[in-house]
Amino acid sequence: MDRVKKSMNRWKIINRKKIEERIFKCLMVASTLIILAVLLLILATVIVRGLPTLSLAMLTQVPRGGYYLGQGGGVANAIVGSLLVCAGAIGLAIMLSLPTVLYLNVYARKSSPFASFTRFSFDVLWGVPSIVYGAFGFAIMLFFGLRTSLLGGILAVTFLILPIMSRTMDEVVRMVPAELLEISYCLGATKLEAALRVVIRQSLPGLLTAVLIAFGRGVGDAASVMFTAGFTDYIPTSLLRPAATLPLAIFFQLGTPIPEVQNRAYACAFILTVIILMISVGSRLLSRKFTKHNLR
Amino acid sequence: MELRPHVSIRNLNVFYGNEHALKNITVDIPQKKITAIIGPSGCGKTTLLRSLNRLVDSVDGVKVFGQILVHGQDILDPKIEVTEVRKKMGLLSQKPYPLPMSIYDNIAFGPRLHGLRDKKRLDEIVERYLREVSLWDEVKDRLQAPASKLSLGQQQRLCLARGLAVEPEIILGDEPTSALDPKSSQHIEARFLELKEKYTIVIVTHILRQARRLADYVLFLYFGELIEHGEASEVFENPKEAMTREYIKGTIS
Repeated sequence: MDRVKKSMNRWKIINRKKIEERIFKCLMVASTLIILAVLLLILATVIVRGLPTLSLAMLTQVPRGGYYLGQGGGVANAIVGSLLVCAGAIGLAIMLSLPTVLYLNVYARKSSPFASFTRFSFDVLWGVPSIVYGAFGFAIMLFFGLRTSLLGGILAVTFLILPIMSRTMDEVVRMVPAELLEISYCLGATKLEAALRVVIRQSLPGLLTAVLIAFGRGVGDAASVMFTAGFTDYIPTSLLRPAATLPLAIFFQLGTPIPEVQNRAYACAFILTVIILMISVGSRLLSRKFTKHNLR
Repeated sequence: MELRPHVSIRNLNVFYGNEHALKNITVDIPQKKITAIIGPSGCGKTTLLRSLNRLVDSVDGVKVFGQILVHGQDILDPKIEVTEVRKKMGLLSQKPYPLPMSIYDNIAFGPRLHGLRDKKRLDEIVERYLREVSLWDEVKDRLQAPASKLSLGQQQRLCLARGLAVEPEIILGDEPTSALDPKSSQHIEARFLELKEKYTIVIVTHILRQARRLADYVLFLYFGELIEHGEASEVFENPKEAMTREYIKGTIS
């Protein structure tokens, strides 16, 4: 009798665990679906409202007089401006992040307080709102007597993406097995040679991802470029000229009361999305080509 | 058996923070012989091995005292060029770690670091050392393939060849077969027996049978102390210390 009772009990427990398992699995699937739905909804909105308005003229022409009132022209100024601002900022940020990250992971001791402080600083900077970087960039520009310009935009966006890029790269480089470094030392490599020839190679896909995340954040940010890059209807011809950017183009067009112009804002959002998509797919393909030798 | 010392370790003490990892080790490692460092895990075998090529330097808070003399030169001297010391010692780690490059570039990595650019000479070196570890026939048609595509056993032989390509005098093996299947282990062991004609070999192993098969000379470490050292036949057949006897019988581990 006792044995029967015991086995009944056991069976009950197992049953309860199964139900638990099922409930939690459902919750997890539900949250995943919600996230996916949000993503699809955003894409759908951008496509449904933006795509019909999108035309070749929008991609290739700068705004003509009355563009913001519904007249002809395009946003080539903002497309080119965004790409220039981001290219400059990405270049600068890589030049600063990569040495920092290699220093932290190859040269600094693991328990170095300096290294942990640096990482902590990046985490704090990561959380700083982009408008603050915009204001900071603006203050620096005033100090140097610069006016709103491509250069100013590049600097502000560099500040914005530097912590993101550095911290992401840091996580990636930290994953490189210590043994790979040791092996390089054993073969007579200096730290610099090990860093440049082995660490970068092994972590290349991750480094590219870091650059991409930074690019995505930089190209889509409006607040940091508002006061620094300014806005113009022309494609910038020098670093000291103001530059238009896609996020600000979206902002201004959405702000008009005219429905056609608002739809152009969605078309710009669509262009922005496609740019990000193309760059991520392209760099993934590239990274696959360069890293076929990597340890997995 | 005639033993000429290649590496002379004198009063070597290693501390990790407050932990006294190696206690006053004094021993000679014979030239062109296989020396096995045996002992239970955590007894300092790997620390001793990594002192020889100064990889212990990279541990946070490590302090090393004493002397390690190679050809009369103290390699622990802070003034000495570490890369030169390390170049003389090829290391084979527990798990094979091929560099993230092709098979060819793995072998050529060391020679290139030391300034060799001539393509023909590099080709020769790659072939020669791949033959030396009897990997050439298996990979000669796919030298440009990623090294990570090889089997673990092949990778370990590749790592051995890569180490040999910088022309070391001493080969250090840190449990070099522990990640391999029996067949590949046998392969590595056979290479060691060939290589001791030309190189001094020091291996750390926790496999007593492997030490018996390979070693000419044995160091037995127990909690950072060198309990016994001597010719392998002596130590295995006729250990002087009670502790060694116990360890070999398997009563302590």
